[in-house]
Amino acid sequence: MLDKMIYLDNAASTRLDEKVLEAMKPYYFDIYAVATSEFGYSMGIDAKEALQESRQTIASSIGASAEEIVFTSGDTESSNMAIKGVAAALLNKKDKHIIVSKLEDFPVLNTAKAFEKNGYKVDYISVDSEGILDLEELKNAITENTALVSIQHANQEIGTLQDIEAIANICKEKGVLLHSDATHSYTRVPIDVSKVPVDLLTMSAHTIHGPRGVGALYIREGTPINKWMDGGFQESNRRAGLENIPGAVGFAKAVELVTPEENEFLKSLRDHIIKRAEEEIPDVTLNGSRSQRVPHNANITFHYVEGESMTLHLDMRGFAVSTGSACFSRSLEASHVILGIGGDHERAHGSLRFTFGRYNTKEDVDAIIDAVGEIVEQLRAISPLYEKK
Amino acid sequence: MKFPYSKKVLEHFQNPRNVGKMEDADGKGLEGSPACGDMVAVYLKVNEDTKVIEDVKFESYGCASNIATASIITELAKGKTLEEAKNISWKQATEELGGLPPVKAHCSVLAVEGLRAAIRDYEEKHGLVSAKEPTTENVVRSRLKHVMNPMAGLDIVRTELVTKIDVEDGNVRILLDLPSNHQFAAAIKEDILEKIESLWDVKEVKVVFTE
Repeated sequence: MLDKMIYLDNAASTRLDEKVLEAMKPYYFDIYAVATSEFGYSMGIDAKEALQESRQTIASSIGASAEEIVFTSGDTESSNMAIKGVAAALLNKKDKHIIVSKLEDFPVLNTAKAFEKNGYKVDYISVDSEGILDLEELKNAITENTALVSIQHANQEIGTLQDIEAIANICKEKGVLLHSDATHSYTRVPIDVSKVPVDLLTMSAHTIHGPRGVGALYIREGTPINKWMDGGFQESNRRAGLENIPGAVGFAKAVELVTPEENEFLKSLRDHIIKRAEEEIPDVTLNGSRSQRVPHNANITFHYVEGESMTLHLDMRGFAVSTGSACFSRSLEASHVILGIGGDHERAHGSLRFTFGRYNTKEDVDAIIDAVGEIVEQLRAISPLYEKK
Repeated sequence: MKFPYSKKVLEHFQNPRNVGKMEDADGKGLEGSPACGDMVAVYLKVNEDTKVIEDVKFESYGCASNIATASIITELAKGKTLEEAKNISWKQATEELGGLPPVKAHCSVLAVEGLRAAIRDYEEKHGLVSAKEPTTENVVRSRLKHVMNPMAGLDIVRTELVTKIDVEDGNVRILLDLPSNHQFAAAIKEDILEKIESLWDVKEVKVVFTE
């Protein structure tokens, strides 16, 4: 057992950076007023300024203008707001239709499923064995009744990056709005909305060492979108509810702290674990694209062993990782992502997702791959599926 | 350690008893499938005169519940006669382990089924099954109780996934309330075929999904 837990589940959530907390503190203890208009009281004006500065930071990070950013409670709300808000604004479409990919994360996938129940037609676009979207299928699926296309930038489990520029250009040519969930790529892989014609973009702070409970939605100017929560007139009357000013400040600080050097470092950890796994452990499969993937994700199947057993053994040795095994989740459903890329149940069950963050080191990677090697050997020794080579 | 598992489950998971393959087993049983996420093989060495289980081993491709239950089942079965071992229940195994999370029931029940399948295998090989029972709807239904519905963690009969069973001249037709493109359709079909095709008088098995 290690002295400390080595956490390699940064796609789920990250440890808050102390500098982020320091940036947030004044907005809990000193400038804790709501953001008031310019003729309010000074503490409220200070709060509003901080909110606007944070908005500008988020906007600049994607080449947008500050007016195009709405703060939300996180990626789930951002994606719900994007899809439900646009759908509501385009309700007069006679044959309501939206398009998503098969690999979307639950905020998009389950919103699409909810729409299906309410009479919308939903198309789920396929991906290839690396998780890359079938662009022809997308082109053919778009009709004059399509209200919105929602395709993620990076996948939450296997880290595959979509060619979002090509997807956005298809949507633009066809005159259809595009939303992209960028929760798992934001700041790790640049996206510039002044060049890529995406209309709505989901971002979140919790995946980049920012606070939980704050995210943002980029809404290109002129995009038809209705307010989907009733309440006050905050966020230029686009999102009701008091603004989470400390959260927004922390989010902006987290964005500032991500550097290209850090992303290169994460990439080196990713490549190191893939290399060691492939070289040292027999019968492994890298899930997702080898070249088109986010810098911080390595998802590997260790065949003939079951994922929950691996994660439990790893936890007992002080490591936290995630798996696509059905036994890991209460729903008892295997990862829809691994199945979506053509993997069978056995591949999904034996997959481990290693996602890296700022506080990981090369030593962490070496330690976990040593442990994984031992555990896999131990479990294969009792697996009826494994015949020793 | 804050898992929803008892200390004893975790102990058996970490140090499973009686593991490995038995090349010269007198009886063996295999339950579950990789498709459904869990699989257990049970091997028996039986004293031919006393019918006492002298040695028992298991292999598992499964989660902690699956491994721990298989481990405790082998401990419970060793030294018992076949008749006594047949009566080892999932409930008894669960109690011995200090309880299991309800959602994990299907993962652990396989170990008990594996032991029973190994005993049945021994009995069939040693002429202890008096007459070969013809396959009827009831026989098929009883076998299908060993096929798990991964969506519910219970078998496909109890969860009413099986809507109709026809048996005629060795041809078995099973209707399922599941579309053929469902995530688990292929896995469930594979498991059904494995359980029914092995019946002595069955010629063909057809699994029909709803459209």
